[in-house]
This record gives sequence, structure tokens and C-alpha cells, in this order.
Amino acid sequence: MFDINRIRSDFPILGTKVYGKSLVYADNAASTQKPSQVIDSIKDLYSNHYANIHRGVHHLSQKSTALYEGARGTVKDFINASKVEEIVFVRGTTEGVNLVASSYLEPRLDPGDEILISEMEHHSNIIPWQLTAERTGAKLKIIPLLENGELDISKLPDLLTPQVKLVAVTHMSNSLGTLNDISPIIERAHNMGIPVLVDGAQSIAHMPIDVQALDCDFFVFSGHKIYGPTGIGVLYAKEDHLLSMKPYQGGGDMIMNVSFEKTEYNDIPYKFEAGTPNIEGTIGMAAALDYVSGLGIEVIDSYEQELLVYATERFSEIEGLQIIGTAPRKGSIISFVLDGIHPHDVGTIMDMEGVAVRTGHHCTQPVMDYYNIPATTRVSLSFYNTMGEIDEIAKAISKVKELMG
Amino acid sequence: MSELRELYQEVILDHNKNPRNFKKLELHSHHAHGHNPLCGDKLELFLEVADGIIKDIAFVGSGCAISTSSASLMTQFLKGKSLEETRQHFEHFHDLVTGKEMDEEALDALGKLAVFAGVREFPARVKCASLSWHTLINALDSVEEAAATE
Repeated sequence: MFDINRIRSDFPILGTKVYGKSLVYADNAASTQKPSQVIDSIKDLYSNHYANIHRGVHHLSQKSTALYEGARGTVKDFINASKVEEIVFVRGTTEGVNLVASSYLEPRLDPGDEILISEMEHHSNIIPWQLTAERTGAKLKIIPLLENGELDISKLPDLLTPQVKLVAVTHMSNSLGTLNDISPIIERAHNMGIPVLVDGAQSIAHMPIDVQALDCDFFVFSGHKIYGPTGIGVLYAKEDHLLSMKPYQGGGDMIMNVSFEKTEYNDIPYKFEAGTPNIEGTIGMAAALDYVSGLGIEVIDSYEQELLVYATERFSEIEGLQIIGTAPRKGSIISFVLDGIHPHDVGTIMDMEGVAVRTGHHCTQPVMDYYNIPATTRVSLSFYNTMGEIDEIAKAISKVKELMG
Repeated sequence: MSELRELYQEVILDHNKNPRNFKKLELHSHHAHGHNPLCGDKLELFLEVADGIIKDIAFVGSGCAISTSSASLMTQFLKGKSLEETRQHFEHFHDLVTGKEMDEEALDALGKLAVFAGVREFPARVKCASLSWHTLINALDSVEEAAATE
């Protein structure tokens, strides 16, 4: 049984008043709020267990190390990786993509090679590849969008040429909500021996992830989008890939043996975790994953789908409102434009009603260009949102129309 | 709601719906592009200056109500003003929207532009109101690149 009141009481910030009104937090695709379980895990770390990890022989260092490495196990189980060695802690999705671009792809690229991405990618899954392409003389190719916000997969056979050295595609669009059916993309790429990176920044919090079933080569996500702290994220990579990759950054903890002549690198995944890592972030993220697992990601998914259906219905009733992104399979994101009213004005007025939404291009300017709009207003919902809050959001949109005439 | 009414006053809504001097000036002495990367507001400003006086001024572009109406009201306000006065008004307008203390004389001198005083309550929107003014200064300084508020 999904007890929404109990769940909401786990998130202290949801009780906030904004301009005297109850907060309706609908900016979850940008970042999610944190349950007490996550906040307490960080407090507990610093109150009872904290010291630097690895190498230390003293008691606290061992406790800290056990928590840190325990978190790696939690992540492994959450995405069903086969080994903890395949889990690399990074700062977030962005760093994960950059790591793969620098350490995996770049040494393998020759001029004329291609990197295949899609038109709906977040800038963080465009620019790292662009930079790599610029340095190597490779070029980017794009899987195009369809009007409803799906990818035009029919173009895939033409786009997947032997020159393509990697496919990088999002699992769920942050601006349109589209859930991409990535399995056939992965299968087709693998048939040609091409590895695939999946950007899981949005999908991670909304649906079960099984990297072995997906058979993706790389999967990246951020802790803060799944109710964990900022500054921590995960790169999952198949063991063979990690073993073949050069280090990303040099520093402490990523080495076996150092002399001025030669350095022998540490085993995976430590080889990719130079310097003292984000210990509190890692432990907080593991607490967040445990929280989500406790609720059940399938239960979350089905409740959020109900929210999506209801919100889509309610917003569609509003005259002059057009939903951008109407794919048949979506996560709980509704982007929209209002006739003659700029999203920035919409965002300010909704904020005064206590409703937190995001307005702008959502770091997906190519998507905005495709629809020939400067920006959208985006409502992104989580399992702690309620049907009543969707009514409040709809009311706030009506207020915008009333005020802006 | 009162802060919102203060922000979105009738005159702002009117100039948003029907921006004045909304055209390109074929004949112009100064010109600049302005861009707010945060929200994607874009405008292009044209001035015809002769003998140190703004003879004509116009703009085109797209943006939110605050940025569009600010550009529209600015063009109306500045037509016929000297460049020296114009730069002074820029300073005053900046003070107005960022909430600095202003003496009554400076406020009076801004006339209709005083409707933008409400923006000070919305720090995230100050850049919307000031985009056209930053673009203006760039045009006068003949800076070729797009004025950016970021």
C-alpha cells in the first residue's frame, strides 16, 4: 500500500511555505528532495564513523571504508551489475560521460570516425562528445526526433555505419519525458560491435534498471536525482571496458606503486577514483537507493504513471496550453507552452502560487530548436507529489492566464 | 498576488502585447544584439544618432513580458534624448530595478519607466528588465558581440 502521507513526512522540506502557501515541488527532473533517512545517514557518518577511507589502519578509517565500499555494493545491487568492480563513483552524470569520452573513446578515435547521439540529449551528453570529436577529427551524428518526441529509430540502419565507434543515448528525456526503447538500439549497435552508453540521469529514479538485461556497455546517473546528495554519481561500465581504459585523473588512491620513472595503477574501479572521494555523498546516495528500494521502484513507477496520466488530462483541459512531448511511453514529466505567454513569466507567477517548476531550455537547446520555441515550462513529478498538488498546479496555470490576459 | 500586480502592471502587459518601435531601422548609426542565455531572450537594437541626439530607436526580438515591455518602453522613452542623458538614465534604471536607494529627482526623470520598480522584488527577473539597456550601452559603445547578461 502506497501511503503518500507517511512518505511525504519522510521529506522535511515538503512542509515549507512559499509566500504563505504550501510548497508544491514539481522540479524533480532538475533535482529531487531528500528524505530524513538520507539526511540522517550523513549526520550519522560525521557523528560516529568518519575518517578518510582505504589505507588507514585505525578504527574509524576502517568503519568509514566499510560504509564507502558497502555503498558500492548497494549501487551494484540497485542496477543489477554483476560485480562491484564495475561501479565507479564520480561527481555525477556529467563526469561519468566525460570519463568515458576521455578514457574509453578518445584513444580509440581516428579522423573520420563517428559518435552517434540523439537530438533529445541533454547538453551533458552532447558536449563531452563534441570536445572529443574536435580533438580527434571525429564527428557527431544525430538520431533525429519525431514530432511527438520519440526518436526516429527508422533512421538507425543508415546512421549505424562501421565508422561509428560509440552510441550515447538517453534513457529518458529530461525536457520531453520520452522513455526511449533502448534495447533494440543496443542490440543493433552490438550486432556491429559498437558499444553503447546510456544516460540514466532521469530514468534511474523512475523505473527498475537492470544493466545486465539491458546489456549496455556504460550507464551513468547522479545521486541527487534519486533523492541522494549532490556531487556524487555513478559510472557503471562492463569490466572488460574498465580494464582496457586509461586513467581519467591521476592522484592518490588510484595507484599500486609510484616512482618518478613509472607508476603502476591500482585495480578497477579504484584506478578511476583519484584523490579522497566524496565519502558522505556516496554513503548518502546509498541511503537514498535503500529508501527507494524500500518503497519499491515498481510501486513508484506505477504511482508516477498515474500522476502523469492525471496531470496530462488536467493540463490538456487548459485552453491555449500545448504539451511538448507526447510520446506514448513517458516518465512523469510534462513540458508545455502557453499561447502568447513566455515560460519565464509563467514560472514567476507559478512560484508566487507556491509551485516550483522549471522554465527555460532545460539544457536541451537542440530540442527547443526542433520545436522552434525558446523555452518551455516543465512540470516534473515524483512519488511524493499528490493528485491534489496537480490540481494546485493546474490552478496556478489558470492564474497565469488570468494575470497575463 | 500584490507583488505580482506590482510586477505585471497594465502598462507592462500592454507593451508586451503591442511592443512599440518594434521594427528594424534600415538607416541606423548604431546596432547591437542582446541575449540572455538563461531564458533565451534575444533582441536586436537599432539607433539613429545625429548631433549627439537619438533621432530614432527601434528593436526586434523575442522574450518574456518583462524583457519585451522594457525594450518597448525604453525606445519610447529615449527618442529625442541626448547621449549624455541616456547614459545617466541607464544608471538610474539600473538602480531602480536592482533596488538601490534613489532620490526623487532621479525617479521622476525616469517617468513611465518607474513601473519597473516591482522587478526589485524578483531578483531572478532583473536581467530580463535590464537586457535592452545593456544592449543599448553596447550599441553606443559599438561593441560588436552580443550583449550578454550572464
